[in-house]
Amino acid sequence: MTTTTQQSALHDPKSAGGRAGDKIFSGIALTAGIVILAILAFVALYLVVESLPALTAGEGELTNGKTSFWSYVGPMMVGTLIASGVALLLATPVAVGVALFISHYSPKHLSQPIGYVIDLLAAIPSVVYGAWGMTFLGPLLVPAYRWLSENAGWIPIFAGGYSQTGRTLFTASVVLAVMVLPIITSMCREIFVQTPKLHEEAALALGATRWEMVKMAVFPFARAGIVSAVMLGLGRALGETMAVALVLSPGVLSANLISAGNQTIPAEIALNFPEAFGMRQNELIAAGLVLFVITLVVNMIARWIVSRHKEFSGAN
Amino acid sequence: MTTNVKTDLENKGRSRLTVGQKPRWTWAACLAGSAVVAAAVLALIGFNVAGWAVLTAVLYVASMYVSTVVLENRRKATNGLWTNLVFGAFVIALLPLVSVLWTVLSIGLPGLLAPGFLASDMLGITGAVDQQSVNEGTSVLGGVAHALVGSLLITIGATVISVPIGLLTSIYLVEYSRGGFFSKAITFFVDVMTGIPSIVAGLFAAGLMMTLVGPGTNVMGFSAVLALSVLMIPVVVRSTEEMLRVVPNELREASYALGVRKWRTILRVVIPTSISGIASGVTLAIARVIGETAPILVTAGVAIQTNWNLFQDWMMSLPVYIYRQMMFPTAPSAPDASEQRAWAAALVLIIIVMLLNLLARFIAKAFAPKKSGR
Repeated sequence: MTTTTQQSALHDPKSAGGRAGDKIFSGIALTAGIVILAILAFVALYLVVESLPALTAGEGELTNGKTSFWSYVGPMMVGTLIASGVALLLATPVAVGVALFISHYSPKHLSQPIGYVIDLLAAIPSVVYGAWGMTFLGPLLVPAYRWLSENAGWIPIFAGGYSQTGRTLFTASVVLAVMVLPIITSMCREIFVQTPKLHEEAALALGATRWEMVKMAVFPFARAGIVSAVMLGLGRALGETMAVALVLSPGVLSANLISAGNQTIPAEIALNFPEAFGMRQNELIAAGLVLFVITLVVNMIARWIVSRHKEFSGAN
Repeated sequence: MTTNVKTDLENKGRSRLTVGQKPRWTWAACLAGSAVVAAAVLALIGFNVAGWAVLTAVLYVASMYVSTVVLENRRKATNGLWTNLVFGAFVIALLPLVSVLWTVLSIGLPGLLAPGFLASDMLGITGAVDQQSVNEGTSVLGGVAHALVGSLLITIGATVISVPIGLLTSIYLVEYSRGGFFSKAITFFVDVMTGIPSIVAGLFAAGLMMTLVGPGTNVMGFSAVLALSVLMIPVVVRSTEEMLRVVPNELREASYALGVRKWRTILRVVIPTSISGIASGVTLAIARVIGETAPILVTAGVAIQTNWNLFQDWMMSLPVYIYRQMMFPTAPSAPDASEQRAWAAALVLIIIVMLLNLLARFIAKAFAPKKSGR
């Protein structure tokens, strides 16, 4: 009889302990959700409050004789956008190609190991990429920069000399491209393999070659997914700090991609924040706020595209 | 009798099916031709292996296209061109991976094998010491013990904070919310949090601790723990949520039918069923934050000696150690010693991250719920 009494004690729906347990547990779970919202609200609030002195400062109040906050952060914003834009231009074709290779071109039994190999790229920490770009890739690209500077110097982005160390905005972009490649690839791959088999087989049955099948069945299905994968890659590239901080030898904004100069917001913060105090700290936090807003907008556009095409794309 | 008439091509040993296809050896001919032409072109302007490989590849793709257009038709040529380009993209993607791993291994391995690298910190390693070891060719002194301790403590701290919050939030989202406004808000803001740049998380944690404990004393391990938690929580929420959602509803309903309370159902049925997925998700999240540099750099600072206390004094971590040794060599006139230490530390960090990734896969496989046999 002991078993029955134990059971009833455990499972009696009217037992007070059980009801209280339910309330307590759901309360804890709800609290955790509230904590997350509170943390985010705190981050936003803190950034805004600490930025206000720098955002509203007049002439002469900012450090190092800057005239206004926007003239300080503007060039870095442009630098950040150029670095990320070039990185995406380099990474997107390769990433889509690799995703296609895994989903439609490689032998079936090889596609999973190949996927692991690409995931390895994502597993390497950013600081290691930065160190690689600084000591290996930069010097490797110097001959190419010299050639570009001598033969294509009339193009504005290559005009005005080149860097002897290779620590330029273009090198930083290449490193960023390597870092966002696995992100774009893994998202595109997931969408490509979800292409309806019937569409693919119908195209092949009508006599299409493999490329025509990809063009007619896979790409139309995956278009929104590719765009949002690229946007998420952009969000990552915009916020990437250490690769740029290590690779780039910073300076004022110039249109030249192959000489020293230019700066991005995250690298500027990482290089200067440890020694900053007072108004300088407010300036850097305000720069962080600007970066936060930019990445937020980019990520939200990406999610919006995904949600708009939710019914017929697998990109979520 | 037209069926018995053989075409010229068939008389040469080809079947009617393969008429109009380029011969099997076309690719070999194209490759050999491209290699020779590329070598000839580069011989004029100075030969190097990398340039030769690139030029050969470009010429090969182009010549394959042209020969297919000539021998077959344009559609097949286009198909072949894109096949080659897709293969090429894969090779291009492999190059940086191989290059990074090779650099890390070739420079880092001797550093890692140097006596006492994992057991000593940088206390007493000055520029003069480095200079001496480089000049006399002795093994490089100094190590990463302090950085290992720091990374370990900070990561454990971030895990202790993030996992309960993340796990409970996803339990709320999956088990308790009914798709109302609040759960939508949480889902949305978790997405927003995923996109926070790591440096901004670092700024927030540094500033928050400055407000709480005052400037100067705010640089400590715990600030870095907060920064990494901000980055880790959304990752944990998303992966755990996915895992909880795939638990079949029948299991929950069977438990309710036996009169079990909801909270006990969650603790005894839902979580044990999905624990392998949750654990591997958490392991992957740890692997992600252990390599973060910028947030630790601005919150925990840098140090040269081992610090076991998260709540006092500056603390070194592996990624920041790599950064410092690369950017600010201990002996500026002999940076080789610092570089070797940096690459050895990078090797240690990569090994840790790889092991965590392997562990995650192992957990996901080994502890996955049995699908049959009961």
